[in-house]
Amino acid sequence: MTTAAPLLSLQNVSKRFGGLSVITDVSFEVAKGARMALIGPNGAGKTTIFNLISGFYRPDEGQIVLDGVPIQQLPSRKRVGLGLSRSFQNIRLMPHLSVIENIMLAQQPHAGGLLDMVKPIALPGFRRWQREAEELLDAMGIDTYAGDVVATLPYGVRKKIEVVRALAAKPKLLLLDEPAAGLNAAETEGLTDFLKRIALTGVTLLVVEHDMGLVRKLCDDAVVLNFGAKIYDGPTATVQDNPLVLEAYLGPRHSKTASGASDQKGAHHVA
Amino acid sequence: MSGYMTGILTVLSINIIMAYAIFLPAAAGQLNLGGAGFQALGAYATAFLSAKYGTPSWATIPAAMLVGGLVGGVLAFPLLRTKGVYLVLATFALAEVIAGAILNTTALGGAMGLSVPDYVGANVPMIAAACVTLFVFYLMATRFGLVMRAAHDDDVVTDLLGANVRAIRVVAFALGGALAGLSGALYALAFSFVDISTFNATISIYVLLYVLLGGTQTAFGPILGATFFTLLPEVLRSVLPQVKAFLAGIFGQTGAIAPPDESWRFIILGLLTVLMMIFRPEGLVTRTFIERLKGALRGQGARRKGAVA
Repeated sequence: MTTAAPLLSLQNVSKRFGGLSVITDVSFEVAKGARMALIGPNGAGKTTIFNLISGFYRPDEGQIVLDGVPIQQLPSRKRVGLGLSRSFQNIRLMPHLSVIENIMLAQQPHAGGLLDMVKPIALPGFRRWQREAEELLDAMGIDTYAGDVVATLPYGVRKKIEVVRALAAKPKLLLLDEPAAGLNAAETEGLTDFLKRIALTGVTLLVVEHDMGLVRKLCDDAVVLNFGAKIYDGPTATVQDNPLVLEAYLGPRHSKTASGASDQKGAHHVA
Repeated sequence: MSGYMTGILTVLSINIIMAYAIFLPAAAGQLNLGGAGFQALGAYATAFLSAKYGTPSWATIPAAMLVGGLVGGVLAFPLLRTKGVYLVLATFALAEVIAGAILNTTALGGAMGLSVPDYVGANVPMIAAACVTLFVFYLMATRFGLVMRAAHDDDVVTDLLGANVRAIRVVAFALGGALAGLSGALYALAFSFVDISTFNATISIYVLLYVLLGGTQTAFGPILGATFFTLLPEVLRSVLPQVKAFLAGIFGQTGAIAPPDESWRFIILGLLTVLMMIFRPEGLVTRTFIERLKGALRGQGARRKGAVA
C-alpha cells in the first residue's frame, strides 16, 4: 500500500443485525487508483461491507472515510456526490427506462439542481445531458442499444450497462458487486478488459467477485473476509498461500498443505 | 353541438384531468385511492367561495388547485411513510375523512350540498384538460419526470444514484392534489351544484382504474384510459339495443324488441376490465409499446444487428 492518503478507509467497522454480528472490527484501506478485490466464502459479509460503504446500512461502530471525509452518517443519496458509485449483484437497472435514460439518471449528482430538474432532457436545444450519456456509452463500446428499453436487452449487455451507469456519476471509487456473476467465459473475458479500461481512466475499483481468474487478472490487492472478520489483506498473487484463507475456503485439513496441488484445487473451488 | 355531446365532453375533460391527478403519484410508484377526496376539496372550495363571496371563476379555480395542492403536499409527509397496500388504504381513509368532514360542516351545506351561482361552459374544462395534458407530457420529459419513473421502478437504487426520492414523491403527490382540485372546481362550475355523495369511493376506484389500465409508464396512458372508460358506457348505450335487435332477428323474433337491461353495460365494462388486466397487466400503453411503435414508424428493425459482444 502506498503512503499517500487512501481514497477509502474503513476503521474498526462493526455491524450487527439484532444479536447477529455480521461484520466484526473490519479495517482496510483502498489506495487512490488501486484495483482491489474483496473476496471470501458465501456469507462472509462482502455485500454487507458494500452496503455499509454505499449507505444502505449504517455501521454500529467504526468509521468509513472517503477521500478524507467521514461518510458513515451521511445519507446514502449524498455519498454519490462525493465520488462513490456502485453496481449491484443482481442487475438493478430501471427496467422501464431506456438505456440512455438509465445513464442520464446517474448524472443526478451533477444535474440535480432545481433548474436542471424542470428543464426538458430530450428536446432539441436541451440535449446536453443526453449527449454526455451517449458519449459515455460510445467510449465504453456500447452504442447500439441507446434507445432500447432495458427490460428487452440480453443479460450480458445489461451487466455492462450497469457498470457504465455507475460511471456516469463520475466516481472516484467504483464498487462492483460480482460483475462477472452469470456471465460465460467469453463474456467474462470481455468484461475483464472492459474493467481494466475503466481503471485506466483513473477510477479506483473495489470488486467483490467469486471468479478468481478475473480477480487475479484485474486486481493487484485483495482483502479476504470470513464470518465478518478480515483474515487477509495483501497482494492477490499470494492470497492462496495464506493458511487462514485456505482454511476458510477448504476447511482446516487443507490449511497446512500450502501452494501446489491445493492451490489449483482452491482456485477451482473459489471459482 | 348537441347538449348531450357537450355534457359528455365536459365529463370527459374532468375525467382526463382527474386521471392525470392520480397518474402523477402513480408514475412515481404511489397509488392514490383517495382521488375523490381531493376532488371534493376543489369542488367545495370553488362552491363555497362562489356562493359566499361571489368570487369569480378565474379566482376560484386557482384557489381550488391551491387547496388540493396544499392538502396533498402536507399530507404527503405522513401518507408516504406507508407503502404499497397500506398507502392505498391510507389514501382511501383520507378521502372518507374529507367526505365525513364536509358532510358535517353546515357552512358547506352538509348533506344538502351547495349550489354554485357561477357557471362555465364546456369550453373551459376542455381547454383545461388540454393544458393539463400538455403540462404532464412536458413534466415527463424533464429530469423530474425521469427521476419519478426511476423511483417507480426501484426507489432504493434511485436514492443511491443521488436523487431525493422522498422530495420527488411529495411534489408528485402535491401536484396530483392540485390537479384533482382543478377537476373538482371544474365539476362545481360546470354542473352548478356540489353534493358530497357525488365524490364517493366509486369515483376514486374508477379514476385509479383509468390510470392503471391506461398505463402508468407514459403520459399517453391516463388520457387513453379516461377516454376509453368515459366513452365506453355511452357507446354501449347506443350500440347495445342494436345488438339485441340483431340477435333477436337471427333467432327469428320479430316485432318490437324491448331495450336491453341497463346492467348489461356494466357487465361488459367489468368484463373488459378483467380482460385488460389479464392481457395488458402493465396498462394499455407501455414504454415498450411506444418504442415498438416508433421503430415501426421509422421502419428500422435492422439497427439491432450490430450487437455488442
